[in-house]
Amino acid sequence: MTDQNSMFNALCRRTFLSRGALGLGAAALSTLAAPRPLHGATSELSESKGVINPLHFPPKAKRVIFLCQAGGPSHLETLDYKPKLTEMDGKPMPESYTKGQPIAQLQGNELRCFGPQRKFNRCGQSGQMISDVFPHLGKLADELCILNSVQTNQINHDPAHTFMNTGSQISGRPSMGSWVTYGLGAESEELPGFVVMTSVGGGPSQPIATRQWHSGFIPSRYQGVQFRSTGDPVLYVGRPRGVGAEEQQDVLDAVAELNQMRQQATGDPEIATRIAQYELAFRMHQSVPELTNIADEPQHILDLYGTRGGDGTYAANCLLARRLAERGVRFIHLYHRGWDHHGSVKKGVADTGRLVDQGTAALLSDLKQRDMLKDTLVIWGGEFGRTPMGQGNGRDHHIKGFSMWMAGGGVKPGITWGATDELGYQAVENIFHVHDLHATMLYLLGIDHERLTYLSQGRDYRLTDIRGNVVKDILA
Amino acid sequence: MLKPIYPNSQKLLLPLLAAVLLPLFVRSPLVAEDVHYQRQIKPLLIKHCNACHGPDRNGQENELRLDLREAALESAIEPGDSANSEMITRMLTDDAEERMPPLTVKTPPPSAEEVALLRRWIDEGAEFQEHWAWVSPKQIEPPEGDRWGQTPIDRFIRAGHVKHDLKPAPEADRRTLIRRLSFDLTGLPPTVEQVDAFLADGSPQAYQRLVDRLLASPHFGERMAMYWLDLVRYADTGGYHGDNERDHSPYRDYVIDAFNENYPFDRFVREQVAGDLLPRATQQQQIASGFNRLNMTTREGGAQPKEYMTIYAADRVRNTVSLFLALTFSCCQCHDHKYDPYTIRDFYSMAAFFADIEETVVGTQKPLVLLDQLQTQRVYDLDQAAHSATKLLEGESALWDAAQAKWEADVQRKVSAEDGNWQLVDDLQMKSDQGGAFKRLEDGSLLATSERAPIDTYTITLPVPAGGLSAIQLELLPEASLPQNGPGRAGNGNLVLSEVEVFRGEQQASIKEAVASHSQKNWDIAATIDGEPATGWAIRPRVGERISAYFELAEPIGSAESGPQKLTVRLRQLYGSGYLIGRLRVFTTVAEAPLAQVKPLLAHKPVYDALGIPPKDRSSKQNALLREHFRATSPETKSIRKLVAASTAEKKAIKQAARKVLVSMSAEPQVVRILPRGNWQDETGEIVQPAVPESLGSLELAPNERGTRLDLANWLIEEDNPLVARVFVNRLWKLLFGRGLVKSLGDFGSQGALPSHPELLDSLSVDFVQNGWDIKRLLRRIVLSKTYRQSSDTTDVSLARDPENTYFARQGRFRLDAEMIRDNALSVSELLVPKVGGKSVRPYQPVGYLAHLNFPPRTYKHDTGENQYRRGIYTFWQRSFLHPALALFDAPAREECTVERSQSNTPLQALLLLNDPSYVEAARVFATKILSEGGNGDRERLDYAFQQALARNIESSERQVLHDLLAKHRTHYRAHPQEAEEVLAVGLAKAPEELDAAELAAWTSVARTVLNLHETLTRN
Repeated sequence: MTDQNSMFNALCRRTFLSRGALGLGAAALSTLAAPRPLHGATSELSESKGVINPLHFPPKAKRVIFLCQAGGPSHLETLDYKPKLTEMDGKPMPESYTKGQPIAQLQGNELRCFGPQRKFNRCGQSGQMISDVFPHLGKLADELCILNSVQTNQINHDPAHTFMNTGSQISGRPSMGSWVTYGLGAESEELPGFVVMTSVGGGPSQPIATRQWHSGFIPSRYQGVQFRSTGDPVLYVGRPRGVGAEEQQDVLDAVAELNQMRQQATGDPEIATRIAQYELAFRMHQSVPELTNIADEPQHILDLYGTRGGDGTYAANCLLARRLAERGVRFIHLYHRGWDHHGSVKKGVADTGRLVDQGTAALLSDLKQRDMLKDTLVIWGGEFGRTPMGQGNGRDHHIKGFSMWMAGGGVKPGITWGATDELGYQAVENIFHVHDLHATMLYLLGIDHERLTYLSQGRDYRLTDIRGNVVKDILA
Repeated sequence: MLKPIYPNSQKLLLPLLAAVLLPLFVRSPLVAEDVHYQRQIKPLLIKHCNACHGPDRNGQENELRLDLREAALESAIEPGDSANSEMITRMLTDDAEERMPPLTVKTPPPSAEEVALLRRWIDEGAEFQEHWAWVSPKQIEPPEGDRWGQTPIDRFIRAGHVKHDLKPAPEADRRTLIRRLSFDLTGLPPTVEQVDAFLADGSPQAYQRLVDRLLASPHFGERMAMYWLDLVRYADTGGYHGDNERDHSPYRDYVIDAFNENYPFDRFVREQVAGDLLPRATQQQQIASGFNRLNMTTREGGAQPKEYMTIYAADRVRNTVSLFLALTFSCCQCHDHKYDPYTIRDFYSMAAFFADIEETVVGTQKPLVLLDQLQTQRVYDLDQAAHSATKLLEGESALWDAAQAKWEADVQRKVSAEDGNWQLVDDLQMKSDQGGAFKRLEDGSLLATSERAPIDTYTITLPVPAGGLSAIQLELLPEASLPQNGPGRAGNGNLVLSEVEVFRGEQQASIKEAVASHSQKNWDIAATIDGEPATGWAIRPRVGERISAYFELAEPIGSAESGPQKLTVRLRQLYGSGYLIGRLRVFTTVAEAPLAQVKPLLAHKPVYDALGIPPKDRSSKQNALLREHFRATSPETKSIRKLVAASTAEKKAIKQAARKVLVSMSAEPQVVRILPRGNWQDETGEIVQPAVPESLGSLELAPNERGTRLDLANWLIEEDNPLVARVFVNRLWKLLFGRGLVKSLGDFGSQGALPSHPELLDSLSVDFVQNGWDIKRLLRRIVLSKTYRQSSDTTDVSLARDPENTYFARQGRFRLDAEMIRDNALSVSELLVPKVGGKSVRPYQPVGYLAHLNFPPRTYKHDTGENQYRRGIYTFWQRSFLHPALALFDAPAREECTVERSQSNTPLQALLLLNDPSYVEAARVFATKILSEGGNGDRERLDYAFQQALARNIESSERQVLHDLLAKHRTHYRAHPQEAEEVLAVGLAKAPEELDAAELAAWTSVARTVLNLHETLTRN
């Protein structure tokens, strides 16, 4: 008990400030003024603060920024160039493609090809085909590893998100951000390890549920914490009205002191955890507003992202994502909910693209100029793609072949991996399943996806269930 | 030798219950000192051999089974002789070809110790023991006790202490006992008065009386329901996609009532699984059967009903099996269980029990409307009145017939005048943008004849009529050459008219209004003049019919003399896939306000069509239609119609105000097949009938009789079902100690934990069943034991010897559940409204918390009045965004059966308790209470605060901390009265005027501190 006792003694009156003057607390407080440089500083040794220790492989990436394009962006109007589909426009979709395949809203309708609605350009030195929906991103083509052969298992939004996030359509499994923070721990002393942000615009906003960032059966402290654009940026991080910073701290100090007395009386080790959590709460009172207040960003950075910040737009969230990454948040998950273009796909992808393109590109170049792209894995994509068949002037959900991209964090830049057939229906070359995405992502973080497990209901569960291959061809 | 409980082949059916009759199981597996199969050997076999030699027939790579004794003895094991057992020699060989497990597997090979253990086991005879949970429990005589405790529970527990060299903790003090018991049995803390009364009761019966009082409290049911609702995944919303509200709260109230009235557990189970199937089912029993409707449901457009039918079925199976049998059955949705004797066939046979439940697979669920006796009578009377009036309205009446004849004549005059207004345009030209051709038919209509394009725009040119025009009519006509007879060209006869534009010369003439004789749902004619090409007008399901669309110009075009002579009408059809007009005619009119005359006709088109036919030529259907229309609209029948309308309206109002609930209603069962790999699109699997898992027994049914949910329920609560009673008893034990006798509350299978006190679990279970499944009696027995009454304080020794408290040499200590944390704060501040039951309520919640929901977007309005201060169990359970006060304290979203909540300890909890208005308000009201009732002076009041919140006396060191805080904040708020007023303004409860604001604000800081203490959140 001596260790614990000395710890409690250190937590004497004025707990937080007095600790703030020395040791760990001082380091924590100093980061409130300036983010700690995380990149480059840590050694190549594969240590982690999570359950995977040492890491299974030398990690290429230290953190993940997952840019979820919710609703299902049309690969045919963005990243998958299909001239043959243009030729076939208006003609019946050959039945050989569609027979026996799951179909969502087009159930029972006549299926006809619908030509791509946007113009594609060769971009960068790598000459990757990217549509005019992404003019900014096109300039960064040489950073992207475009995946044109992604497949998933679920054709409706809700289960498809659940599948993308947890590797299973059955709810109750941990989301990938939870798995990653469980495996690697958090780097930040004053922020959660797994942060979620959302934005809307450009098309119908499909509902999205907290189960998408839930920790399922692994302990709930690995759950994603949502950063909000209205009200408190983190739930209840704002003090009650009439309670000043000092008064709040007085209360926290009294709580700590009384808890400590109780700990000595009962020997309950859980109280030590409670004290530590209140201390973290105290730090969040400061670190969260500091994080979300972007007044210290220079004008050229705001211009780069195309945001003035604080407005809950996707671009503002991209900027916050960079700030979170700098502060050691392990898994940053952005959702932009505007890609469900059942109708008017031509205009829809352009509208949504406009809201997404600049911020995404800015995030990549900003990370790069800070030398953080090399150990930050950025993943972009939706829960599924869209049919080559028209639904009026839009497209329906589609799971047999669609596009995503990855960048940074040990991924080979400037390549396109995999391909769909000539109509963009079925992934036929180097099929890249969602399970493979998970396996590859974990590999880049230094984790063998078959060895990151959690025992529940008598079985060791994995993010990749019983599947998943690390796709080494796309690794740098 | 024990018989294996599951058969090698389909023919060798050996139901478990038969095996159970063998008098072999009055044994205590933990006493055996030999190598223990269950604890030591089976885990090794599972780890190293199971993947190829286990029960999953799909994974089976050869015939050899090492989980079954008979099979293993045939070739792999020689009992008593490990040296000559193939299993061991193959493990030890150097020959890579022969080596087992193969060197290619990923699991590290068995260690030398593991092999040695296997050898010892074989040398000792290679006994396979039946898995404990597949065998019915038996009553076992408890060991001799000592002076510590004489109840059977204490004697079993004491034996464990002795065996593991543990000393029981002393009995907890009375204050701890009453606080513990109050939380455990009612979920609420004791009041100061209750604590004082208990302390003052010197009788030996005091504790027992306290237990009986708490078991009789109406809050007992709430506390038990809190847990039960996790198990059955009760929520107020559908869960998937839009996560819309559903009506379930009467089911929740049924559960509370059932616990309060101490329904025997067998009745409780039967009513939930099959209440609707009971003879003369009461309303309560129907409500109970809502149990089967608690699964998540979707309304997402594009969701495939067949897929969701499979999802719901699997959900019900998982839930039933986790809830009652604690089996990990979900594996069997795709394949046979890897470790336990359950098959994919068992899974779908179980699903077949629920195949009779009527539900809307994708869409809004239809609830049962709950009316009380008075309401039922009133609805009956209203129905009667409406029925008589309707009969009168429909009956013979010479008077009305005469009035109708007069009306018909009047209308006909009007209609013919109207018809005369519209002039057919027969000198028009129509061109297709896509080069399509049209044929002019005799009636002046144009028929599209060439191959259609996906999209097209028709441009019609016509001379301005001599008298000018105020409106244009497009008449779409059916035609045999069109798909489904048209009038559209799409495969289904439909069309989409995206935009209509009219030009006089080069000048666009704006259209004021458009109406049509019919518009498809969500494809209204108004979309043709909204300037938005993405929207349009369509006509399904009225294909094959004549349909007219009318467009009134904002400014009528004058006579032909002035202005350009050419009129152009553009029909833009941009939907794609050939949704184009197939045949049309064009009319114009000069009438003033032309649509005002058209609209009433359109509203009742079939009526006016019938009126256009001479009476003698009308069909009987048309005659009936006219009569019906006349009587439904004529002033002659008005009074009688008013009566019908009033009855209908009152009935609707009664039903709207009534509570509703989803219940089970039995219909013709759906066909259930085994779905290979769980694939809902695979229809090759065998059709299965309802059946319980084969290895657990079978139902007694007549030949060709189909098992029902009632049969399932009755099987579950059969006296010798080996699982149901044990599973439930174990969970109750967990509620009272923080840990079950079987640690894995949700897994009684071979991968689950073994019972720490198997004999105690069995004795309690048998006793529970034999005493009529009496829940209160069982709880009473446990809480009266010495085991329960131990202190939860730990010492270094007790922590080191038994860190997880497996042997119960102390009580458990754990954080209160989410609902109780709220209940406690409300109770301590006496804000709590202790009303039992009712619709779910909405406490304060951060603005925008539901912003991510859609279809429809949600705005949250917190309750005012008493519903703001109800217990946590009544909080509206929004599955996709559970109220943060619940979610942050580990309440599950209830998407699946939750047998055990996690117990997290996070900074977000601290933020919530510090800053959530519910807690700030509770603290302030608590402070008011301290000032008004806590005596005089700071010292007395601080003592009172601790008594009220923690049921104990404050220590002087503790008092000092709080007093320092109080003094500082008193000074602060006196200097900053504005801040004090702000503190007082949090929440709906008004602060009493007579109290000094600064004083109250300072005491609020003290109260907030107390409500944030670890001890406040902890049951010990």
